[in-house]
Amino acid sequence: MSETEEATANVTLFEKIGGEAAVSAAVDVFYRKVLEDYRINRFFGNSDMDKQIAKQKAFFTMAFGGPNNYTGTDMRTAHARFVTMGLNDSHFDAVMENFDATLKELNVPADLIAEATAIAESVRADVLGQ
Amino acid sequence: MANITLGEDTLTCQAHETVLDTLLRNNRQIPHSCRQGLCQSCLMRSLDNPPPVSSQVGIKDTLQKQNYFLPCICHPEQDMTIALPHQEMASSTVRVIEKQRLATDIIRLLLTHEDSFNFSAGQFVNLKRADGLTRSYSIANTPHPDKFLEFHIRRLPDGQFSNWVYDDLNPGDTVTISEAQGSCLYLPGRAEQPLLLVGTGTGLAPLVGIIYDALQQNHTGPIHLFHGSRDIDGLYLMNEMRELAATVDNFYYTPCLSGENTAADLITGRAHDVAFAATPTLKGWRVYLCGHPEMVQQTKKKAYLKGASLSDIYADAFHVNLPTGNVVSSHAF
Repeated sequence: MSETEEATANVTLFEKIGGEAAVSAAVDVFYRKVLEDYRINRFFGNSDMDKQIAKQKAFFTMAFGGPNNYTGTDMRTAHARFVTMGLNDSHFDAVMENFDATLKELNVPADLIAEATAIAESVRADVLGQ
Repeated sequence: MANITLGEDTLTCQAHETVLDTLLRNNRQIPHSCRQGLCQSCLMRSLDNPPPVSSQVGIKDTLQKQNYFLPCICHPEQDMTIALPHQEMASSTVRVIEKQRLATDIIRLLLTHEDSFNFSAGQFVNLKRADGLTRSYSIANTPHPDKFLEFHIRRLPDGQFSNWVYDDLNPGDTVTISEAQGSCLYLPGRAEQPLLLVGTGTGLAPLVGIIYDALQQNHTGPIHLFHGSRDIDGLYLMNEMRELAATVDNFYYTPCLSGENTAADLITGRAHDVAFAATPTLKGWRVYLCGHPEMVQQTKKKAYLKGASLSDIYADAFHVNLPTGNVVSSHAF
């Protein structure tokens, strides 16, 4: 392995994607898509916008492998209300669709999108209370 | 190791500790949640030196300029004196210079300020009567060599403070004012960016200040002001704004009447609806929203859906104090 390759290997996904600036840019695109998506906007639109933005930032930071304090229990507790409203796999799929479209729109390389998608997918069961 | 001064106490920040860690270890009650620089619930302000840039990530640019930072991601580089937002702010006693009627129930109040008082147009201060009754009002002017502050005060039927200002406060009298607060203001840079300003009622006050500030700082992009009121009397400063629009190439003014009465030369409709109808997209725009809380919240979301970036939307919701004395949020009549 050359020195350059070694250096690249040590860079985290979060840094490769662009850190906090990338999180903010992604949330700006993503939250707009979600609010316009009739399949899922009822789960996103009713609370205070600034609080929603903070939550989306936490979600993207986690998906980008950045520093986060998410636990499975938090995920379950936070989404339990929505599960009783009917939140299911189809809604999670719709969110992931918007997630993917957002990263593509921001020209994130495909291999990094795949990595981030895998991390985001890992919380599916907790979010849906399965 | 850096020393952190909060109020009367100085605490030592241990190696590897964040400022929030230090405060919590010393049992200081600091609101906090995510502890990773995202939720911004622990937002604090550095009173002496600029905080490390890395501790200001994601904070509104206008707050960064005022040395706000997130203690949960702040590893201090030097000693810091810090405060919670709205905590122990300095205050000063100022004199009333002039009271002038702008409309049936709106007056312009001019106060002096001290040399050391710093502010930007669009920020607000708390005005305090001698007995402690306090209300927040937005500053409607830019810093002036004559050191005055301009406020637009609407008389509310049950408004203790506004009625006092109307009936009993006279030139020569004194009131106490806090430091200037708030993040709804103009920052230079991106001079070509189109600006949309939507205000209802005396929400016009901060917007007028922001407009003059932008013009003084040579903003070259178009500046669109939409001012809404239920009745024509509430469309105060109409002549001044029309004159400004006639003399300044890049300033456009649209007064909007939302009540039952209409006027031949005025657009009928709510200011934010009229603004959105006139603006196909807000992509790349900077947006300022001031006035009725519901208008501000709804319009914020609509402006974002119309393409404005979250970081380009500045809002100041005016909450009315109820006669019971319940103080609501940051901004009140």
